[in-house]
Amino acid sequence: MLKFLIDKDTWQEIYSSIRKNKMRTGITIIGVMWGIFLLVVLLGAAKGVENNFNKIFGSFATNSVFVWAQSTSKPFKGFQEGKRLTLKVSDLENIKKEIEGLEFVVPRHQTQALAVNNFKSGNFGIFGDYPELDNVQKKDLVYGRFINDNDIKEKKKVCVIEEEIYKQLFDKGVYPIGTYIKINNINYNIVGMYKEGQIGGGGPQGNIHIPFTTFQQVYNRGDSVGWMMVTGKPEYDITQIEADVKLLLRNLHKVHPEDERAFGSFNLGERIAQVTRFLTGMQFLTWFVGIATLIAGVFAIGNILLITVKERTKEIGIRRALGAKPWEIKRQIILESVFLTSIAGALGIIFGGLVLMLIDATIGKGPDAALTNPTVDIPVVLIAALTLVVLGTLIGMIPAQTAVSIRPIEALREE
Amino acid sequence: MIKIEKLHKSYPIGKDSLHVLKGLDLHIKEGEFVSIMGSSGSGKSTLLNIVGLLDNHDEGNYYLNGQKIEKLDEKKAAILRNKFLGFVFQSFNLITYKTAIENVALPLYYQGMGRKERQKVAMQYLEKVGLKDRADHLPSELSGGEKQRVAVARALATNPKVVLADEPTGALDSATSASVMQLLKDINREGMTVFVITHEEDIAEQTDRIVRLKDGVIISDEKVNKKVNA
Repeated sequence: MLKFLIDKDTWQEIYSSIRKNKMRTGITIIGVMWGIFLLVVLLGAAKGVENNFNKIFGSFATNSVFVWAQSTSKPFKGFQEGKRLTLKVSDLENIKKEIEGLEFVVPRHQTQALAVNNFKSGNFGIFGDYPELDNVQKKDLVYGRFINDNDIKEKKKVCVIEEEIYKQLFDKGVYPIGTYIKINNINYNIVGMYKEGQIGGGGPQGNIHIPFTTFQQVYNRGDSVGWMMVTGKPEYDITQIEADVKLLLRNLHKVHPEDERAFGSFNLGERIAQVTRFLTGMQFLTWFVGIATLIAGVFAIGNILLITVKERTKEIGIRRALGAKPWEIKRQIILESVFLTSIAGALGIIFGGLVLMLIDATIGKGPDAALTNPTVDIPVVLIAALTLVVLGTLIGMIPAQTAVSIRPIEALREE
Repeated sequence: MIKIEKLHKSYPIGKDSLHVLKGLDLHIKEGEFVSIMGSSGSGKSTLLNIVGLLDNHDEGNYYLNGQKIEKLDEKKAAILRNKFLGFVFQSFNLITYKTAIENVALPLYYQGMGRKERQKVAMQYLEKVGLKDRADHLPSELSGGEKQRVAVARALATNPKVVLADEPTGALDSATSASVMQLLKDINREGMTVFVITHEEDIAEQTDRIVRLKDGVIISDEKVNKKVNA
């Protein structure tokens, strides 16, 4: 068998038979190439979408929930409905104490303000934050540091800015760390800058983080908390934590235990789970479409080979009269089919890869990329290619069997 | 070389069967030049197919080169065909996309001969039929007589025991017919057993022995009395 495969004559036979049937060879190759091309591009695109989601959510701890106060919707203990609620610093202590499975509870304040640097200014989201925020929402720092405990203790007028703000307020090439910007007419020393591209709400044009305690003082928030981010330990169900936290808060704030509207929340863990399910579904669809196309292509090859066998009946008859054994005819046709599918598969993978590179170069870059880093795993491609060759062999069997089942005498019969 | 005893063959046609060969006895010795004569429907093609191992017989015995032929599967039949038989067909049956030399080399390929040797042997036989200079031409670039000579070279390439020729001149004009018959005569004179099927009287008369077939039985089997070839 090996001797057959490395024999020059074998390939000579295949070459001449392929050359003789240019049309069918072309159609066959296009069919299978299209299948594997679609598979590669679809898988790459799906991966790109997945990467995109990862980029958006990736900076957050996935099992976190955001909680904020709203107004009551049910009267309770002598209070009318519609009572305005505010989270207190003491609530956080209670939550930490009472609720099981918590990792971090991070209070935050948020407002919008005009920030000015010399003659440039812009309206940005201003956040009052603790150093712990970095645990929940990872900051990718370009320069400097994030807010530290000392800033909190001394209520320092320092700030950490998003790269977007630097772009708007600073001239190119200026090193921002150590310089001052004015927010609501107060000077803040810039201590850090981080990469943009993370969701976090707030300002329309970028976020500025100042120490939580500074925020409290400057904006007169007393012991209130704007909202908080709660992170559960990985083994705990974040949805349960969300419910527990809200129930506890209702208790602490003398709100009706069933008043669902009193405290709002956004369950990021749940959202991410939804997205993950969506991605899984999309990948399944991709595989399904890709494989179906592939199979269709392979069947097209089988069909075309079958037609050719009919056309080549006489030739096969001659070969058998000259002493070709049935197996020699069979393996020739199978090899032809495997060869065609392999070539087509290789071309499909190459073209698919090129298209992915093109996508990556055009819409795959920057923060607004539609698809981030669309790639296909090499093992996946190899498995696809292997499947193709196996299917090619199997499908090649059918025309091969047909070819040898025609008795040479019938094949040679004069028209 | 070929020995046939009480050979029967019938083909099913719908519910009935058509009895084509009705107990043939024929013995062809090595080196003979035999023709089978008969009109269409006489069973001569069926006889050739059985002798050529392209078809099985129903009853009777068939010995090829002393070997009894029975219950052959396709693989064994293919090996025997390759080893003992060379075919020449009415419509040449050359492979259209192969050159003359590739066509001649094809049976050698199935014999498992290496490429270089194959080319060499094929060229020898092409030379023998006088077509050395046409070796790299495709069949479509050859005349009918040339095609048939390539086919004869192909039949001879494996150095078989018997050359079976089915209406070898059926598609040729009389001048080329004569040259092809001369070629067959030449190879017979070199010792090859040649077995020709024809319905043309003048072709049959160029052989040494004529077997006449009618309705599946041999009606005559006689030596040709001819003027001794000069």
